[in-house]
Amino acid sequence: MLSFEHLSKTYADGTRALSDINLTVHEGEIVALIGGSGCGKTTLLRLIAGLDRESAGRIRLDGEVLSGPHPAVGIVFQEPRLLPWLSVFDNIAFGLAGVNAAERQARVTHALEKIGLVEHANRWPRDLSGGQQQRVSIARAFVTNPKVLLLDEPFSALDAFTRASLHDHLLGLWEETRPTVVLVTHDVQEAVTLADRAVVMQPKPGRIFDELPLTLSRPRDRTGLPFETSVRRILTALDHSLKAPQQQPQRERDRQAAALWW
Amino acid sequence: MTESRESAVTGQAWSSHEGAAALAAPTSTEKRRAFDGRILLGFFLPVAIALLWEGAVTFGLAEGRLVPPPSRIIATLSALAQTGELWTHAWMTLWRVLVGFVIGAVSGIVLGALSGSSQTLRQLLDPTLQALRAIPSIAWVPLFILWLGIFEASKVALIAVGVFFPVYLGIAGAILSVDRKLVEVGQVFRLSRVQLARRILLPAVLPEAVIALRSGLGLGFMFVVAAEFMGASEGLGYLLVDGQQMGKPDQILAAIIAFAILGKLADSLLVAATRPLVRWQDIVRERL
Repeated sequence: MLSFEHLSKTYADGTRALSDINLTVHEGEIVALIGGSGCGKTTLLRLIAGLDRESAGRIRLDGEVLSGPHPAVGIVFQEPRLLPWLSVFDNIAFGLAGVNAAERQARVTHALEKIGLVEHANRWPRDLSGGQQQRVSIARAFVTNPKVLLLDEPFSALDAFTRASLHDHLLGLWEETRPTVVLVTHDVQEAVTLADRAVVMQPKPGRIFDELPLTLSRPRDRTGLPFETSVRRILTALDHSLKAPQQQPQRERDRQAAALWW
Repeated sequence: MTESRESAVTGQAWSSHEGAAALAAPTSTEKRRAFDGRILLGFFLPVAIALLWEGAVTFGLAEGRLVPPPSRIIATLSALAQTGELWTHAWMTLWRVLVGFVIGAVSGIVLGALSGSSQTLRQLLDPTLQALRAIPSIAWVPLFILWLGIFEASKVALIAVGVFFPVYLGIAGAILSVDRKLVEVGQVFRLSRVQLARRILLPAVLPEAVIALRSGLGLGFMFVVAAEFMGASEGLGYLLVDGQQMGKPDQILAAIIAFAILGKLADSLLVAATRPLVRWQDIVRERL
C-alpha cells in the first residue's frame, strides 16, 4: 500500500508544486493522475521515485517511509531514456546487476517475449522506433519486479495506434505480477483504459480536486457506452477543476482594473 | 503448361519485385556513386595543380628552384627514404609526439575528470588551469629549456602542455554536459557514485573524449615542430630547419608531406582504436 500524508513540495524559487496531498493507493491498484500542465503530477512521481525530496509530509510504502530511490519502486519516464551504448537486452537488464546470469537471462528473455522484441535483443536503441523504445523502457522497469510502478506520461509522444498497442503490452506485463501503478497522464481515454481510479488534480498549487472510481470490467471496450460515460465524468471533473482557480485571477484582474480606473 | 504459367506468374512477380527494388534502390546506389565522386573530386585540385606546375617547369615556363616540381619532391623523399634518414627523423618525431601525447592526455583526462565531477575541485582547479591556458604554449619554451635542458625533456614537456589543454577542456566539458535524464536512470536504479561513473558517465563521455584526444593529438603534432625548431639534430622539424638553412626547398616540402602523412596516420589510428567504444552513436561519423 502506497500512501501520501500531507505531502507538499515547494521548489527553491518559491513555486508551490504540490500542496497537502493525501492519498492512499491500494496494492495492485492502477491509479491515474489527471490534470492540466503545471498541476504537479510529474513532481508527485519524482517524489515517489526519490528523484526529488518532499518539502513537507511523507510517502509510505507498506508503512516504510520512502526517502530516496527505493528498490521496490520502478519508473517509466516520458521519454524512453534508454542508454544508447547498451543493446536492447542490456538496457532491459540494467537494473538486474545483482541478479545471477542465468536468472537475468531468463527474466530479460521473458520480458522481451512479452513486449514482442525478441528478435531485436542485440540491436542498439537507435535502430528502434519510438514505440519500440518505449516498450523496452517499460520492460526495463518491470523486469526488476517492482511493487510500485510509476508511469510518467509514457505514451504521450506516440501516435494513437502505437499507444493502443502499448496499453495492451503494459496490461499484459501488469497482469503477471500486479504491481501498484501510479500513472500520470493528460489523456482521459488512456486513464479510463488503464486505471481503477482517476485522481483529478488542480494547478497552482498542485492539489487533489476529485477522485473517480473506474469500475469497468477488463478488458475494457473503448467503444462501449460505460467507457464513454466514464470519460465524460472525468472531463466534467477536469472542467470544474480548471474553472475554480481561474475565477480567482479574473476577479483579481477586475479589482485591479477598477483600481486603475479610479 | 501450368508450369510455364506459374513461371510466367513468378516471372511477373519477380519483375514487380525488381520494380519495387528499382523504386527503392536508387537512393542507396545514387548515394554511393555521389560519395565516390566526391572523394575523387577532392583529389582533383591538388593533382591538377601538381601536374600544371610539373608541366610549367618541364617546358621551361617557370623556374623550379624555390618551388620545386612534384617530381623533384618525390625524388627527394625517396632518396631520404633510401638512405634511411627519413625513417630516423620520422621515428624521432613520432616518438616525441607519442611520449608528449601520453603525458598530456593522461594528465588532461585525470584533471578533466576531477574538475568535471566535483564542483569543489572545479572551483579549486579550473581558474588556475584556465589562466595557464591563456599563456601561449610557445612562451614556455625558454623556461622549459632552462629547467629541463635542451634535449628531449624540454621538447616532450612542450608537446605535453600543448596536448593537455584541449583534452582537459574536452573531458571536463563532456562530463558537465552528460544528460541529466540518463543520470536519473542511474539514480532510480540506486547506483553508487562509482557505479554511476562506470556505467553511465564513462560511456556517455566517450564520444566527446575521443574528439578531445584527436584535437590533442593534432596540437601535439603542431608543437613537435615548434619543439624541433628550438634546436634538434633529429626529427622532421630538423629537416625543415636544415632545408631552410641549406636552401633546399624540396627537402622542406618532403618533410611537410611526411608530417601530413604521419599526422593523418596517427589520427586514423586513434579513430580506429576508439571506434569500437563509440559504435553505438547515432551519427554520420563515417563521413568525417
